[in-house]
Amino acid sequence: MITYSFLQHYWWFLISLLGGLLAFLLFVQGGQSMLFSLPGNDDQKKVMLSVLGRKWEYTFTTLVTFGGALFASFPLFYSTSFGGAYWLWMLLLLSFVVQAVSYEFRSRPGNVFGTKTYDIFLFINGLLGTLLVGVVVGTFFTGSDFTVDRDNIAAVGSPVISRWGNAWHGLEAIANPRNLCLGIAVLFLARTLALLLFINRAADDTFRARCRKVLWYNAVPFVVFFLVFVVWTMLGSGYAVAPTGEVSLQPYKYFMNMLQMPAVGILFVLGVLGVLYGIIVSLACAGVRHGIWVSGIGTVVTVTCLLLCAGYNGTAFYPSSADLQSSLTIFNASSSFFTLKVMSVVSLLIPFVLAYIFYAWRALEKKRAAPEDAENDGHP
Amino acid sequence: MGFLTASLVGWSRAQFAMTAMYHWVFVPLTLGLGIIMAVMETLYVRTGREEWKSAAKFWMRLFGINFAFGIATGLVLEFQFGTNWSNYSWFVGDIFGAPLAIEAILAFFMEATFISLMFFGWKKLSRGAHLASTWLTVAGATISALWILVANAWMQYPVGMEFNPDTVRNEMHDFWSILLSPVAVNKFCHTVLSGWVLGALFVTGIGAWFLLRRRNTDFAVRSMKVGTVFGVVASLLVITTGHMSAYNVAHHQPMKLAAMEAHYEGYEGVELIGVGIVNPQKESWDDGVQPVVGRIAFPKMLSFLGFSDFNAFVPGIRDIIEGGYELPDGETALSFEEKRARGKLAIQALADYRSAVEAGDDEAATVYKEELRRNYAYFGYGYLDTPEDLIPPVGLTFYSFRVMVILGMWFILLFLVAGFFVWKRDISRQRWLLWAALLTIPLGYLAGEFGWVVAEVGRQPWAIQDILPVQAAISSISAESVRLTFFIFLVLFSALFVAEIRIMLRQIKRGPAAETPDGTGDVEQPEK
Repeated sequence: MITYSFLQHYWWFLISLLGGLLAFLLFVQGGQSMLFSLPGNDDQKKVMLSVLGRKWEYTFTTLVTFGGALFASFPLFYSTSFGGAYWLWMLLLLSFVVQAVSYEFRSRPGNVFGTKTYDIFLFINGLLGTLLVGVVVGTFFTGSDFTVDRDNIAAVGSPVISRWGNAWHGLEAIANPRNLCLGIAVLFLARTLALLLFINRAADDTFRARCRKVLWYNAVPFVVFFLVFVVWTMLGSGYAVAPTGEVSLQPYKYFMNMLQMPAVGILFVLGVLGVLYGIIVSLACAGVRHGIWVSGIGTVVTVTCLLLCAGYNGTAFYPSSADLQSSLTIFNASSSFFTLKVMSVVSLLIPFVLAYIFYAWRALEKKRAAPEDAENDGHP
Repeated sequence: MGFLTASLVGWSRAQFAMTAMYHWVFVPLTLGLGIIMAVMETLYVRTGREEWKSAAKFWMRLFGINFAFGIATGLVLEFQFGTNWSNYSWFVGDIFGAPLAIEAILAFFMEATFISLMFFGWKKLSRGAHLASTWLTVAGATISALWILVANAWMQYPVGMEFNPDTVRNEMHDFWSILLSPVAVNKFCHTVLSGWVLGALFVTGIGAWFLLRRRNTDFAVRSMKVGTVFGVVASLLVITTGHMSAYNVAHHQPMKLAAMEAHYEGYEGVELIGVGIVNPQKESWDDGVQPVVGRIAFPKMLSFLGFSDFNAFVPGIRDIIEGGYELPDGETALSFEEKRARGKLAIQALADYRSAVEAGDDEAATVYKEELRRNYAYFGYGYLDTPEDLIPPVGLTFYSFRVMVILGMWFILLFLVAGFFVWKRDISRQRWLLWAALLTIPLGYLAGEFGWVVAEVGRQPWAIQDILPVQAAISSISAESVRLTFFIFLVLFSALFVAEIRIMLRQIKRGPAAETPDGTGDVEQPEK
């Protein structure tokens, strides 16, 4: 029997999975953040651009889908977070806007601003895009300064339901050290995954050796910041929702979630181990190319489980630090039963979407990336 | 009104309009050019003639440059529903979010995946697989248009939903009536076809430029042949769907139709104004001053366009405000004051219902819920103060409509004349015609933009027709914040737009031969 509660859980799972896929695909941004520091010569830069230039649209589309799916399934989050944390989202959007044109425009004659400008755009997107995505996800655990009052709609002069509590409109989240920890962890994770991808894709052994060397400087900060965030979150208090809908702060809530949902807890640990295995094996063995796949799958699993931990087991996935009872849960923020049913039917097509993406990926990656690929692609 | 100052609403609207207008620079060309390049590649696969492949690749390159700019503006557009229209996102998100999500899942991934194969797969796919990728890219773009236009049509003609006072939002209860509403179906057809017209104008105009420069003449004539035929067909279909649009507007948004015609006093057998000047002396909807001067009009045509009856009564702005006329369904129209009173009742009933539920008074809750249900159709009027709030900017809507229609007529004439010369005569000798085709390209963009001005400015003050005005759809942010982001996006989009235009022009100047590595125009065979 498909119940309303089942569909609310189902859609939070899909959102979590999309978040996991997005975290993995942020390797594009990670690679862009090293555009000026990683390549030792022009050929290596061309290889980077060729590898990233064929994949950036997947990351971008996943971000758009993440937004669209959130709108359809949890519209109260869409209206509260986007309308409230205005500047945080605007910064994130701006960083992706400048990316969207850069691969196509950077090497074209007549591009007005010169190749360097578009490379700087890619760098900005690499840095800000990853950092801010991490900060936003951090607020799922640390809370945000908002209130929700549906009765406001009847106040004709001031009918806005969701309101933000401060004039920083989301920028304050960057100043929260725990959010920042996750932001930095996501930045270094994205860079680590990009390096693993270059090791997998590049034909040039010199470049691969360089990537392995740089991998150290990125994997270690990732592990450190990620562990700090996870330990801090697991040992801190979480936002628990009682069956009555009342929200309260509960010590070790997220740690308890992992224990009370053993499948999520075990998969989370396995995911982290997968990420670490991919990194370690790539560092230890020069001939290993498959690190990206192990770390990539590990990333998807880890982030999916982290988001499930934020929303399942009676937890408020978008907590309000200003008014606990305004916190958003998968129950009070979701679409209606009917809409979730319609959307669930549509979601049955997702395997077909994944199948043709897999086909396209394979078709374009039959041989290793070489500098001339970038020229053929129009990214020299 | 607290933070709900006119400037917050104004800047939020300006930001959305600016983003949408920049986005609309990209969308129609993607829709139209996509079909044309796919047809050319199909001709290549069927005939094996390399010149068709070279032509298809040339147009694909322009398609790609254009596509990048569209992605940039599209992302901002999607997220702005949340960032700037927070109340809207909750109030109708249960209905509006679904098409957006379906668009992303079904269309965006299709576009993103197959555009990669289209650009990078020439040597990696068989001819058939590559052709399929091209058509699937075009299909992705068209499906994407379908869902966002369904969402837009629902805002103009909200159907298939019910208001839930417990969640304080409208909830979907009939998906198919939303997807297949006559407004949605017609809006999709009219908009996509207008994109086809622009694609045809673009290909015809660029072909004319090559002929004016006396280079790549075979390619140019080939492109113009495809462009003009495609253009004639698309233009005729645009006229048909345009008539249906007028019919829908007359029935569901009479104030928009009245603004399009600057039609203040209703009567039977209303004329359609061809050209005219909105009278600056007219200061109020009830001052009796002639609204349009120096006009050339077609007798009874507005009645026919709106109601398929030359003698039908078409209400003017004054009638809509004062009410009392007979509606198409036989009911008597309410006045603005009556609707406003019922809107106030609905809003108060909602507040009372929620208080009763909180107090556990089920009996009172039932009474208030019924009161709300009876008056909900006018809910949005409760947020309006004066009759003037109900009137969209008449001058802008009036002129935009005229520009769109007159340009549409010009396009048909151009396609017919250019088609005649390119198919039956030597068009390269008709330099005046080549210049006309070239200079018409920007007019194609203008027609589309003005079409959207009619659709969106003409429906003010509504975010959702009759249910939610823009001032109640807003986010709780400062006007200064929105003003700042408006200028950031304006500068950014303008800069990128200039870059796109220059890149396009340079790419066009390189010509189809530049699509091959050796610059000769000879193209290698794809691997089978």
